[in-house]
Amino acid sequence: MENILLKDNVADLESYFASGGYKPLKKALALNPARIVEEVKKSNLRGRGGAGFPTGLKWSFIPQHAGCLRYVVCNADEGEPGTFKDREIIRKNPHALIEGMAIAGFAIGANHGYIYIRGEFSAEAVLLETAIAAARAKGFIGKNILGSGFNFELFVHRGAGAYICGEETALLESLEGFKGQPRLKPPFPAVKGLFASPTVINNVETLAAVPAIVEKGGDWYASIGRGKSAGTKLFCVSGPVKKPGVYELPLGTALGDLLEKSCGGMKEGRRLKAVIPGGSSTPVLTAEEARDVKLDYESLAAAGSMLGSGAVIVIDESQCMVDLLRVLARFYHHESCGQCTPCREGCGWIEKILNRLEEGKGSPGDIDTLYSVAEGMISRTICPLADAMAMPVMSFVKKFRGEFEAHAAGKTCALRTALAGKSEAEPGSAI
Amino acid sequence: MESTLTEEFKAKAAHICARYPRRDAALIPLLAEIQKEHGFIAEEAMDALARLLEIPYSRVKAVTTFYTMFKRAPAGRYHLQVCRNISCHMAGAPGLLESLRAKLGIKEGETTRDGLFTLSAVECLGACGSAPVMMVNEIYFENLTAGKLDAVLEDLRHNRLKDLGL
Ligand SMILES: Cc1cc2nc3c(=O)[nH]c(=O)nc-3n(C[C@H](O)[C@H](O)[C@H](O)COP(=O)(O)O)c2cc1C
Ligand code: SF4
Ligand code: FES
Repeated sequence: MENILLKDNVADLESYFASGGYKPLKKALALNPARIVEEVKKSNLRGRGGAGFPTGLKWSFIPQHAGCLRYVVCNADEGEPGTFKDREIIRKNPHALIEGMAIAGFAIGANHGYIYIRGEFSAEAVLLETAIAAARAKGFIGKNILGSGFNFELFVHRGAGAYICGEETALLESLEGFKGQPRLKPPFPAVKGLFASPTVINNVETLAAVPAIVEKGGDWYASIGRGKSAGTKLFCVSGPVKKPGVYELPLGTALGDLLEKSCGGMKEGRRLKAVIPGGSSTPVLTAEEARDVKLDYESLAAAGSMLGSGAVIVIDESQCMVDLLRVLARFYHHESCGQCTPCREGCGWIEKILNRLEEGKGSPGDIDTLYSVAEGMISRTICPLADAMAMPVMSFVKKFRGEFEAHAAGKTCALRTALAGKSEAEPGSAI
Repeated sequence: MESTLTEEFKAKAAHICARYPRRDAALIPLLAEIQKEHGFIAEEAMDALARLLEIPYSRVKAVTTFYTMFKRAPAGRYHLQVCRNISCHMAGAPGLLESLRAKLGIKEGETTRDGLFTLSAVECLGACGSAPVMMVNEIYFENLTAGKLDAVLEDLRHNRLKDLGL
């Protein structure tokens, strides 16, 4: 099927316009805002940032009474390890995002939007600013858009390096000029968000899908995909496959097809060991489990994991699972904002135990301790970062317990020692 | 103290502040501007910025410390930031870091004596499909190999990447 988001030759305004771009905005401005929210509801579009919350429903939570300021915020923080799709949208199709935000603004009655983009994406921030300026020059952004009387100002706001700012309330804190520490919910952003005003916050990929939905209708979008998982999704594949990259496919595509047909299969001599299907915080699948699973919200949940951000991390037999989990633990420990004891202490403990195991200094009891520390972190904190650490820990230990036991028995990691020498000689192609 | 902020900076600041209903929301972009101009954010600059935005110095300091991209001391001319997260790790990031340590004679967080290179290991840079990845200042280098890394270092040493803004 034809791509909705990743298209060629639409990066600049002229070509985007020539291919029908900004027609949906014109159409939307002639509709009743509530109609647009209904259409998005009907499309079954769900948040592509990780949690999969129904987008139309989220928009409908914005209070209807007139007179208060409202905001649309785009989450372009793209920090979940394994994820690199929003960057691709911004590079290839920035106007779909800009148009989606203007439509979202009109639908919820917001006259201001911000794109919060991670600080490292400086080239992409410039790209967005250029695209917004072009859209403003043509009257698609700014005052009295296309003569409709609707005003919408849009700004790019660059982050400064902090994974936690991808969490929506931390993002709002950061956008207001504070440390990125998540807020307690409720109140939810739809009621009290940016500058204490009702705010819709959506991922880049979610907002970029909106123009097509307005143009072709919610029913059309809902008919793509599988069951309640509607539409296309960007899958970012990393790891030792022949062609890693971003692929747009209908939800419900088999993981096996993504890896074999889109990515050309495993690199020569590599054998699949495991797949993390939705970004580093989603539970790992064994090669066996990965073989038949379909990539949609329901199928991955049934398989004990999550669609998450669509970041498919492929792991081959040469990798040590204890070593990889240690890499993740170091990351989450580093990124914990420290507000909640279970998260701050739990991430610390997990990293410490994994270091011990990796160095051959662990004991058999460490494995159960690891698991129970993780279990104790679930659903006990202000934001789900603690769960994002706990889920990989629990799934790695459950599914690859043998490797943890070998480490605990004092054996240094045979895989790692064998590979360390190799990777020094040839970093790019070693592993 | 406010004299450490130039008139030019203040004009730019006014422009950035205007994007937000509250001026102090511009704190992070303004810290980034200061770093762009001076290479790092000095205590005096934090103090001056606090006065300009009429917020407590403690908040400016806390924000500067919280975000990893802000530097509170001068760094080398080229800041090498090697991603150490999962996809890059699998693609050989530990080997890249090791060879950078050996070639430059510094560890993560250190700067070479000639002031040319600072080395850091950083978390996922959002480019995992082209792992391993390294940033030099604001520029991405992707699909790195030992050979490519050497070439980049040589190019930097001889100032051959000016076109990229380096
Ligand atoms: C620790 C953490 C990090 C997150 N990082 C991101 C991110 O980088 N990008 C993103 O869009 N959502 C991220 N999210 C999800 C957001 O909190 C939020 O659910 C999302 O932006 C909502 O948009 P959506 O409904 O369109 O997905 C993160 C959540 C958590 C808990
Ligand atoms: S769970 Fe962790 S990251 Fe989230 S608010 Fe609590 S301490 Fe901060
Ligand atoms: S893991 Fe290195 S860029 Fe994502």
